[in-house]
Amino acid sequence: MSFDYVARSFMLQEILKGMSLTFRYMFRPKVTINYPYEKGPISPRFRGEHALRRYPNGEERCIACKLCEAICPALAITIEAEPREDGSRRTTRYDIDMTKCIYCGLCQEACPVDAIVEGPNFEFATETREELFYNKEKLLENGDRWEAQIAANLAADAPYR
Amino acid sequence: MSAEPLEKETHIRPYTMNFGPQHPAAHGVLRLVLELDGEVVERADPHIGLLHRGTEKLIEYKTYTQAVPYFDRLDYVAPMNQEHAFALAVEKLLGIKAPLRAQYIRVLFSELTRILNHILNITTFALDVGAITPALWGFEEREKGMEFYDRVCGARLHANYFRPGGVRWDMPKGLAEDMMEWAEKSIPGVIDDLEDLLTENRIFKQRTVDIGVVNKDDAMDWGFSGPMLRASGVTWDLRKAQPYEVYDRMEFDIPVGSTGDCYARYLVRMEEMRQSIRIMKQCIEQLPEGPVMVDDHKIAPPARAEMKRSMEALIHHFKLFTEGYHVPAGETYAAVEAPKGEFGVYLVSDGTNKPYRCRIRAPGFAHLQALDMQSRGHMLADTVSIIGSMDIVFGEIDR
Repeated sequence: MSFDYVARSFMLQEILKGMSLTFRYMFRPKVTINYPYEKGPISPRFRGEHALRRYPNGEERCIACKLCEAICPALAITIEAEPREDGSRRTTRYDIDMTKCIYCGLCQEACPVDAIVEGPNFEFATETREELFYNKEKLLENGDRWEAQIAANLAADAPYR
Repeated sequence: MSAEPLEKETHIRPYTMNFGPQHPAAHGVLRLVLELDGEVVERADPHIGLLHRGTEKLIEYKTYTQAVPYFDRLDYVAPMNQEHAFALAVEKLLGIKAPLRAQYIRVLFSELTRILNHILNITTFALDVGAITPALWGFEEREKGMEFYDRVCGARLHANYFRPGGVRWDMPKGLAEDMMEWAEKSIPGVIDDLEDLLTENRIFKQRTVDIGVVNKDDAMDWGFSGPMLRASGVTWDLRKAQPYEVYDRMEFDIPVGSTGDCYARYLVRMEEMRQSIRIMKQCIEQLPEGPVMVDDHKIAPPARAEMKRSMEALIHHFKLFTEGYHVPAGETYAAVEAPKGEFGVYLVSDGTNKPYRCRIRAPGFAHLQALDMQSRGHMLADTVSIIGSMDIVFGEIDR
């Protein structure tokens, strides 16, 4: 055991070093954010809560091709469809079980008309389980609420898709 | 009155104690049944299976595209590395190779994941042995790394990014520059700070030096891999031994420990992080232009714009997202050097669109089975150090 080692050990060198480091960190800018009021950045590719989109004229985009239902690895999507009065094919039922969903994003990749998307919203916690069984009405409402941001995100990411 | 002998030998059975599955030092859902003689561990019996989700069986019922997200959820601290092994296995069976740019992106994100994984392991290991501050500082850096994840694939953990045939999307503009800046300015400083706090710290050393020693032969016999194996002095790293993707173009060193104790494993992981930074920098510097997915619409879906214009592309799109692609019959094993060790996928295909069998080789499982050997004769508190240094994640052990 060298003199150097004993001296350093006796002087509590590594403790002092750690303390000085902690002291230096005290004067650095804070990195924490005040969460409900401040949020971290999210990318245009972010996969959050689902939404069903509409065309600018208010017509719903989904044509009930059921690709999302077919690709969903967690079997979270259920679709029923029949022709509408005007003869166009639309869904009569579009349910997503958000408790099953694994947010892999394959549904939005599969959708040929950009109808189902995973939007930028990640704050949709509920008090009961039942509230997470989304139906078509809820999904379209999400789409209306988030349309501006979803459209901006899709436009930003379009060159890569 | 017949006198009973005053001195009588009594045998005390070892005290059996339950450790976990809700204990914070159990790193998830590890349940240990410990037989203690006083405070000395006589036998440590890990009870696993509390996080079993039947991943291997589930994958047999999913198409190859649908199987990818399940790999994120094995070792959820290093999601992209597991996807990598699966992608390599499928590519081997299909007889294709990812384009060069995709290979670089894969290596870049594998190394980013390695840093994130080691930060988590080292800081929580330090937390287990009594140091709280590294966890607070390390997680700030991890957060920045997760933002890169978010920017490239849209999720902070469950990426679903490496697909058979390449990667799903190209990196967005500006990401490579930001990653370079992070690798040059941000992360090395934090690693230095962590080292200042831990490497020479007497409390940390008292809790880790000469604890859970595994010698070279034992490490090989128990099937160790990754930092656990290298800490015991075996020079083995799949990135050097069987270079996959573009690792053969990278210049990096493999740190090897000599003592095989918990402290050596900590040191190996510290140095591996620095080497990963080196690899990341080289990747960004050499990153070539070009496609990131194979140009075969029987395997990779066509671009969105093309799908909306061309009927043929739309048919390919529908085929791929319903039936998926068929993989020629055969079997293969593909392994990557995941942060925890050798993560391998043994894939058997019967020529249909779903794997016939997908066996997953998780490094953590081999490490956990050696827990009894390592902790026997140590104190109860040392078991916590050993668990911390093994870097176990239950997602991959229970599968």
